[in-house]
Amino acid sequence: MNDERAMQQQPGRTPAPPHLKDGPGPGSPEAAALDATWRDPPGLLGWLAAVNHKAIARRFIVTTFCFFVAGGLLAFVMRLQLARPGARLVGPDLYNQLFTMHGSTMMFLFAVPVMQAVAVYLLPLMLGTRSVAFPRLNAFAYWIFLFGGLMLYAVFALGAAPDVGWFSYVPLAGPDYSPGKRTDFWAQMITFTELSALLEAIVVITTVFKLRAPGMALNRIPLFAWAMLVTAFMVLFAMPAVMLASTTLITDRLVGTHFYNPAEGGDAVLWQHLFWFFGHPEVYLIFLPGLGFLSAIIPTFARRPIFGYTAMVLALIATAFLAFGLWVHHMFAVNLPELGKSFFTAASMLIAIPSAVQIFCWIATLCSGRLDFKTPLLFALGFFFILVLGGLTGIMLASVPLDLQVHDSYFVVAHLHYVLIGGAVFPLFGAFYYWYPKITGRLMSERLGRWNFWLFFVGFNVTFFPMHLLGLRGMPRRVYTYQAGLGWDTLNLVATLGSWIIALSALLFVVNALRSLRRGAPAGPNPWGAGTLEWATESPPPPCNFHAIPVVHGRDPLWEPPRAAADGGPPPFTHVGGLAAHTRELLATTVLDARPDLRVNFPDPTIWPLVSALAVTVLFIGSIFTPWAVVWGSIPIAIALTAWFWPRRAETAVHLRLEQGP
Amino acid sequence: MMDALHDVLAPFGPQAGHVRGLWTLTLAVCTVVFAAVLAALLVALLRAQRAGAESAPDLSSLGRPEPGRRRSVIAAVAASTLLLLALIAASIFTDRALARLSTDGALRLEVTAHQWWWEVRYVEPQVADSFMTANEIHVPTGRPVIVTLKADDVIHSFWVPSLAGKKDLIPGRTATLNFRADRDGIYRGQCAEFCGSQHALMAFFVLAEPPERYAAWAAAQRRTAGEPAEGQPLRGREIFMRSSCAMCHAIDGTSAQAVRGPNLTHLASRGTLAAGSLANTPEDLRRWIADPQQVKPGSYMPATRLSSEDMDALVGYLQTLR
Repeated sequence: MNDERAMQQQPGRTPAPPHLKDGPGPGSPEAAALDATWRDPPGLLGWLAAVNHKAIARRFIVTTFCFFVAGGLLAFVMRLQLARPGARLVGPDLYNQLFTMHGSTMMFLFAVPVMQAVAVYLLPLMLGTRSVAFPRLNAFAYWIFLFGGLMLYAVFALGAAPDVGWFSYVPLAGPDYSPGKRTDFWAQMITFTELSALLEAIVVITTVFKLRAPGMALNRIPLFAWAMLVTAFMVLFAMPAVMLASTTLITDRLVGTHFYNPAEGGDAVLWQHLFWFFGHPEVYLIFLPGLGFLSAIIPTFARRPIFGYTAMVLALIATAFLAFGLWVHHMFAVNLPELGKSFFTAASMLIAIPSAVQIFCWIATLCSGRLDFKTPLLFALGFFFILVLGGLTGIMLASVPLDLQVHDSYFVVAHLHYVLIGGAVFPLFGAFYYWYPKITGRLMSERLGRWNFWLFFVGFNVTFFPMHLLGLRGMPRRVYTYQAGLGWDTLNLVATLGSWIIALSALLFVVNALRSLRRGAPAGPNPWGAGTLEWATESPPPPCNFHAIPVVHGRDPLWEPPRAAADGGPPPFTHVGGLAAHTRELLATTVLDARPDLRVNFPDPTIWPLVSALAVTVLFIGSIFTPWAVVWGSIPIAIALTAWFWPRRAETAVHLRLEQGP
Repeated sequence: MMDALHDVLAPFGPQAGHVRGLWTLTLAVCTVVFAAVLAALLVALLRAQRAGAESAPDLSSLGRPEPGRRRSVIAAVAASTLLLLALIAASIFTDRALARLSTDGALRLEVTAHQWWWEVRYVEPQVADSFMTANEIHVPTGRPVIVTLKADDVIHSFWVPSLAGKKDLIPGRTATLNFRADRDGIYRGQCAEFCGSQHALMAFFVLAEPPERYAAWAAAQRRTAGEPAEGQPLRGREIFMRSSCAMCHAIDGTSAQAVRGPNLTHLASRGTLAAGSLANTPEDLRRWIADPQQVKPGSYMPATRLSSEDMDALVGYLQTLR
């Protein structure tokens, strides 16, 4: 898009179709044309071909939430089994499947993808654009994720779920000690979900870098977008390590390579390095988006801009760097050089500093704000109690001597749930309450929301606090039973009772979410009086998000109206116009300052991402059984991808008409 | 053995004691920090005014900096950093203290972990003095112990909370762990690294005894199994040798020399069966031999079907292996 011709002042102009250009305000012919252009096609086929980021993200969020509930039910059964010593509700075989499925589900099928799913919904709205970058890739990533998750649960239903833990340590996960296909399904599930996560990372990075509204320079990006940007970069560096690990595990199992077989020159500890080089950053992949949610929720309900924006951004980036320097603290019990371990102790402890910076900035924001105690803020406050406690036990685990005592005990189970549930799930629930009205157009019940929060908060602490004490009293993790008389009985019973409270709270949430779909109070565009761009458009947003691309003048665009130049010059721009309304045209802006840069043509809905995902699924699942699946399975993939990228005459013609010479 | 000690916070040796000291310091610092952060949050919540979604946002912070709040945040971050540095230093000093345990005149053991039991080998300068046992480690109180850790199949972890931190046993690698028990007692240990279906029932015991009692025990352990008396015990030995028992277990002094399962030469002297799963009583021994899968599903020990008399004889013989 070149120069001022594209920059347009309010009110919009009204050129005639077919060269209809976009402009502000619903109800106009431009708006109707834009909505028609960006809407996914109707019917079942249209549903399968959808590429609109909101449609894909809604499915993605619902899917991850279903996996969350499934993973929670698995944990609930484990708690029932552990309520009493020597219980025989489930045997070791099923129990080991349960905890493997629970961990794998929560880490790979819930925590990371749900954050990406929410980001795919929110980022275009927050950044003031009409789509995520690479919308078809985004759809493909969703389908791949769905098929990977379904495969894992299908084998669970068949009684052949993986049973060697979400970390699949070799040699236990190797061909000698895990015969059968269970571990292969686990490893292939990793391939599915990591492929999806990598693609989503590319989508997120490109969206944040290139599709921001004009004026949204890097120092004006909402902190949630910063958090997702940093997270996406971490995904790019962390996920390849685990894909490499899981692929070599599969080749060890399928074609007899010996990467992890010490008897043939392989090394069991190599797996641990590769896995935790991904596995520890993984924790921060889950935690950083949670911080992003809080940085969206807290300013809105404190009725002021965030305190210390720059410090917050730098803290996010510092966390991302440090997160790659502390994987060995999962391996302190391995005989590694002691001096080297001290380095990882220091790195593990120092990562608390960026988190402290953010916590103090939030407290400063709250302290100087005027507070509106709605449910999202309650969940944000729950974060402070739980995450700070979890962070402090994390500092204990960072110390080599302390870790060697409590490592792989229930103390760690307590710690990781305080960090992950406090750091990610509480903010996520806050985010659900916060953005639900944007997505559905209706508010969730505040009364149920408060019950939901308090039951979750109390239930969580009743379940997980006793586990600290269990660990200190010598109870190891991942045991399907324990003997009576070891001093673990009462604490385990209390933890199980707490899990009932959590289950009740989750049930209330589901009831609230479903009931509010129909009965919730209409939300209007901006029910919370928030300052970021997603609240500028209707709730739910129209297919094109914005009828005119807004021009941004501050960090909280809705709070900071455009200011006229000091010398009383021309009124400031509020919108950009001039994008085609009859085809999917978007404005790309420069990375640093978000100056208008290019008009980009976005692809139309198509079934081919789904077909490609099916073809890839056939190859992935087939290769569990025979290496030849990689050969034959690549043929349908090649066909599907070719069809996906094959240029269509009509589309090309439209794009050529819109092209402008330099 | 149910009264055995297994508590990180109740140490009975220098190694666990150092960690206990570090724990006390870290817990104190963390408690103070936790209280301070929550107090700051509480003060913030109480001091802040109330508002609703309709009230205009307060944009006064946009135009001018907030030096007071900035100073508070910087001070809080600086204080956190100093405390963290102090904890890092404390951790490293504790590490050094752990590494400095004197090993003069140490007892040397070799522990090999199996799915799901512990093979223990006492390594003496004279090869003839070395001996094997399983799932039970006797040590003289007050004498340092150097344990060499190996794994036969998958990764396990050796953990006796009241005596020392844990160490992994990894196939293809050797690790060592040093500890000392300073008080007589029975200390419970358990595998801490998930190692397959019976990870939950893979306990062992460390029995710290006065040196003279330890010496007597060790002397007894060095002896091979004696010739059983005529009648039931002798018949029991015959049953042992012709049933599947002898294909996995060794009894020194007999023709049973297999190494797949625990060495049974002094089975009757041990307090528990099947790595702490059962008390070592004649009834439980019968139960275990007759149907191990009932007690420990997934265990590699097969069921042994014997007539009641044969079982009595076998158990009777095993009871003589003191």
